[in-house]
Parts: sequence; C-alpha cells; structure tokens
Amino acid sequence: MTNPGSGTVYTETVVFSQSEAYVNDVPYQLAIIQLESGRRLTGRIDGERAQIGDKVKFVEFRKDVAFFRKSA
Amino acid sequence: MRQVAVVGIGKTAFGAFPDRDLRSLAVEAGQKALENAGAKPSQVEAFYLGNFAGPSFVGQNHLAPYVAAGMGITGIPATRFEAACASSGAAFFHAVSAVAAGLYDVLLITGVEKMTSQPTPKVTEILAGAGDLCGEVRAGATFPALFAMIARRHMYQYGTTREQMAAVAVKNHANGAKNPLAHMRKVITMEQALNGKPISEPLTVYDCSLISDGAAAVLIAPLERAAEFTAKPVRVLGIAQASDNVALDEKEDITTLRAVKISAEKAYKMAGVKPADIQFAEVHDCFTIAEIVAIEDLGFVTKGEGGPYSLAGKTCIQGERPVNTSGGLKAKGHPVGATGVGQICDVVQQIRGEADERQVRRNSLGLAQNLGGSGATSVVTILGAA
Repeated sequence: MTNPGSGTVYTETVVFSQSEAYVNDVPYQLAIIQLESGRRLTGRIDGERAQIGDKVKFVEFRKDVAFFRKSA
Repeated sequence: MRQVAVVGIGKTAFGAFPDRDLRSLAVEAGQKALENAGAKPSQVEAFYLGNFAGPSFVGQNHLAPYVAAGMGITGIPATRFEAACASSGAAFFHAVSAVAAGLYDVLLITGVEKMTSQPTPKVTEILAGAGDLCGEVRAGATFPALFAMIARRHMYQYGTTREQMAAVAVKNHANGAKNPLAHMRKVITMEQALNGKPISEPLTVYDCSLISDGAAAVLIAPLERAAEFTAKPVRVLGIAQASDNVALDEKEDITTLRAVKISAEKAYKMAGVKPADIQFAEVHDCFTIAEIVAIEDLGFVTKGEGGPYSLAGKTCIQGERPVNTSGGLKAKGHPVGATGVGQICDVVQQIRGEADERQVRRNSLGLAQNLGGSGATSVVTILGAA
C-alpha cells in the first residue's frame, strides 16, 4: 500500500461501541483525513487527540488501516 | 402515468419480541394492510418485500415468496428489495412506479426486520455492511461513528450544538410515548439526553435510534380504483429515489446528503409543491443529527438552521412543521427494513386523521424521507388527501 502522506483532519470521532472484531480497540479516534494529494481517507489517529483542522502525518499501516499522528 | 393511491396500511408494534420470528411479523403487517383495505390475498397482483439483512440476522434467505406464502399468496411475482435502511422505501418506490406504469393494479409492499435475536456487537457488525467494508469499516467505522463524524463537521461548519441534537431526542421520545405501537414509550429530559452513555463522540445513546423487531405494510392501487378499498384513499403525489457514493469519505460535503436533495427536488417537482407547502413529515432520524440534516436538505429550513429550528420547538406536534410525530426511528424504533414503509403508514394515518393524541391540525400534505446507509440511497415520498 502506498504512503498516503500528510493531511488535515476533515472530521473525527472517538468510538466507544464496536463489533466483536474491534471491541479490544475501544476507545479509539477515527477520522476522515483530507490528504495533501486531494483525496480523503478514513483512518485512525494515534496518540494525542486531534481536532478538525489539525495537521496530521501518516505513521504506518496496521492490517491495511492507515494510522496518523498529530503534527507537532 | 396513472395516479396511485395508498388504500390500506398495517403495522406490527415495534420492539424486542423474542417469541416472534421474521415471517410472523411480516405476515401480521401484510394481513393488517389487506384487512384495512378490505382486500383478499387473491387480489394481490405482485408482492414487494423490503428487508435489509434477514439472511444475516436470522439466516433465512428467499424471503419474499416465503413471506407471501405465509399470507396465502402464491403464483405472483414476489421480490425482495435491499437498500440498507431504505430497503422498504425502495420497494415502495418501485411498486408505485409499476402501478403508475400500468403493470399491475393491486400491489402489496411489506417491510420487515428481525434484529434483536443477535447481541448488540453482532448487530453493529451487520449494520456496518451498509458501509464500505474495504475502506471506512475496515478502519473502524460503525454507523454511529459515521454519523458522529457528520455531526462533528456540522457543528464545525454551522455551530450546531449538543443541546440542539438533544432537543430532537427529547421531542421524538415525547411523541413516541403517545404512540401505542412505539418501541420506547418513555419521555426523557434534556438533562438525560445530554448525559447519556457515549457511543461515538459527540453522540450518546440518546442520539441513536433503537435496535428493533417489526414490520409494516401498505396496499396500493390506481386512484381510479381506490374507492373499491377505502373511503379515505391517500394519493402518492410525488416520489423519487436517488443514490450516491457508499463511503462517507467519498462524499464531497458530508453535512449535506446529495441523494436526499436530488430525490426531494424530483419529488417536489412531480407533486408540483414547494418545501414550504409540506405541513408535516416523517424523516429518517437514525441519529439525532440525521433529522437536523434532513430538514435542511428537504428545504424546510436553510442549511445550518436545522439545529436552532429544532431547539426552538418548531418541529413539535404543536409547532409550525411537525416532524416525526410517530416518535421517529429514535423512539418508535428502527427495524431497518420496515422503516420506509412504516413512515408511509405514519403519514397516511395523519392524513386520514387517525393519529389520536398525536394528530396534527394541518394534515393534508405530508412527506416521508427514508435514508439508506450514510446517504447512498434516499427515497422521498409526498402524500396528500385524495
């Protein structure tokens, strides 16, 4: 999978209730990232909580899911 | 195109019914609609069934002939429609189209879902199948999460508040408490709605619709034959269905659901009415934010004004434009495949003047809006007194 690069948080939520496949992950932050490439991608945000408009950078794929982290 | 009328309606109660199976619920609703119209099973020329996920919830497939035969109806086309939570709205749209085109005269449409036999995490997984499994769902999106992200963006762009969303829940619970067929007949306070258990921020349990069992059915016929069945026919003045991308991250502006706008514009044009003419509506409040977005996209208020309008009480039964007098998906319940046809039943009941203590004063022109997924299917229907 290709590195999606950096982007900005378009919208986000913190998920508390999930199906069995994800139940060990909760709570986690899910977001739609407006990528610098122009497209949007749904991924997770690790570490510090990010808000709409915050810059985030790609960290890694885990099980085909893109993880981002808030830029310093 | 022929004029089409709803000539019979029938609903089961919505709720958690451990002793009832999918077919018995669907059959009960269908038989009630036939009785309501004074029609015999042998008069039905085609049967359309709206059901989202019967095969996943209860394992049964081949549902349309299975349900039809349970009513003693065989030998006719019996077909299931799937469009997520808009399954029976889509079935109704195609049924009206078929009667309008002259393919059939008398058509029975039933919607059904049997959800409560599965634990909530499994229900969450099945419902997520209405999203993009290879993208947003893999990343960890649930339906509450998708609508929570719509809510966040709506709050960011228009200043919509938690109180405005909670006002939708308080109002719909107040209405549901007066509806004998509602799943949750419980009044809630603003304080309760604001302090519910978090599901997906900013949504709490009080922002989310219910997991329900239930069925609803309507019998339709050409307007010129309506008098054979009922003294109170209700005309389908306008109806349209539209689609959009399934994934939320593929929609350009998630605070506006494009399929809703397109289907609404077409339905208004067909009916020859404007949004301001609509006196009352049943809208798809799968989450409180969805009702706010719906009343904006339907043109009842301008974009961004849905929250303040709701908090000001304009959508209450005594308000200027009552919305979800049934209690909505929030309190009436949301057996997903039954919801679209259930809304038609609710609007017809108001137009006939049969809504008892929930009856609205201005009741000659109503609208139903049924949504699938996070907006990939929308069906809008405008109904009026014949």
